[in-house]
Parts: sequence; C-alpha cells; structure tokens
Amino acid sequence: MKTVQLQYFALLRDQRGVATESLTTTAATAGELYERLREQHGFTLGPAHVRAALNGEFAPWDAPLRAGDTVVFIPPVAGG
Amino acid sequence: MFRLSREPLDPVALRQSRLDPRGGAFVSFEGRVRDQNEGRRVLALEYEAYGELAEKEGARILAEARAKFTLLDVACAHRTGRLGLGELAVWVGVTAAHRDAAFTACRYIIDECKVRVPVWKKEHYSDGASEWLNSAVCGDHTGLAKDG
Repeated sequence: MKTVQLQYFALLRDQRGVATESLTTTAATAGELYERLREQHGFTLGPAHVRAALNGEFAPWDAPLRAGDTVVFIPPVAGG
Repeated sequence: MFRLSREPLDPVALRQSRLDPRGGAFVSFEGRVRDQNEGRRVLALEYEAYGELAEKEGARILAEARAKFTLLDVACAHRTGRLGLGELAVWVGVTAAHRDAAFTACRYIIDECKVRVPVWKKEHYSDGASEWLNSAVCGDHTGLAKDG
C-alpha cells in the first residue's frame, strides 16, 4: 500500500468530481491505477486516449508508482 | 519563452518584446476564439492547463524549433481561463534572418503545441450545453485536434 496525490483536469476532473485527492492504493503502476479509477468512477476515456504523468513529467503506463508520487492522467489535449 | 497567462494577451506588446535588429523576418500566429465549431454556435471557451507540465512541454517544443531551424528567437504564450469570441487564445512569434525558417518554425510550434501541451478547452454553446474538445472522439492521443 502506498499513498499518492492525484490531480485531475478537464473531462477527468468533471467525471471524478474533484480536482485533487490523496489516495492509498495497491496499484503497482500508473496504468493499473488508471484502470481501477476508471472502473470506480466510470471514466469514459480508455487508456489509448489518456497519458500518465508522474511528478510533473510524462510517464509510460508501466511506470511504477511510489509513495508520495503526484499522479496526473492527461485526457486528449486541445490547446490553441 | 513559453508562458501561460490568465490575463488577456496583447499581441502588440508581445511582438514588440521579441523584435531583434538581426531579424530580417518576423512571423507570428494568433489563434482566436471562433464563433462556431462543427456546426454549433460557440459563445465562449474555457481553457485549463496542467501548468507545471504545460510549461515544460512548451519549452521543449520551442527548443526543438530552435534546433531544427535557423532562428534568432521563438516565443509562445497561451491563455487560460474563460475567453469570449475573438479573444486571443494563443500567440506564437518567431524571428529569423530569413522568412523561410520563420514561416516553417511558426507552423511547427503551433502544430506541436496543439497536440502535445497539456491544455484543454471547453466550448460553451448557444444552446446552453458545454463540452471538452477531443474527449468524446476515438483515435490516437496524438492524432487529434489537427484543425483550428
């Protein structure tokens, strides 16, 4: 078990209902955590449409989660 | 320079701040809020950014442009918050000795920013509905948002 800090943006924030949360999880990787959250909160975006960021940098789905990590799941961007 | 701004962007001031006497060419791009998208009337846009990563990724794109093209200066500013019709959402300015590099680099920067920088926009429509762009479509993460 480890505790991570989550930040949500755009559609994921709307679907989660909060902008930030502290979460204690057994998920080993960013991808595993996303799948669990998706199931729990009914996120409509599959992992093919989302990227992970750990501690302010893009990270692959199989990146290991560590206690204290800041985790952000990035829905399809739409700047400009 | 890549920066996010909650305050309105002033294209005249931005341009003035980047001009360089060595530059024979200055090219800028202004992305503005338009009044319709895919047949729906748009009243306003709301931009949200993951600031920490947006600034890093934006700076990387500008560094890539400098490495690929012969440039004197590159800059990009992106708004966050709620914007009305016609408001300036993104500004890119490129200074180079010659126009070819300036045009090409300006295009490169705006195209990369649109698909890589973690900024999102929510459109507010005249029928009262609102929607996060690109979040309801299928396709690769980086293959979206080519127009606009």
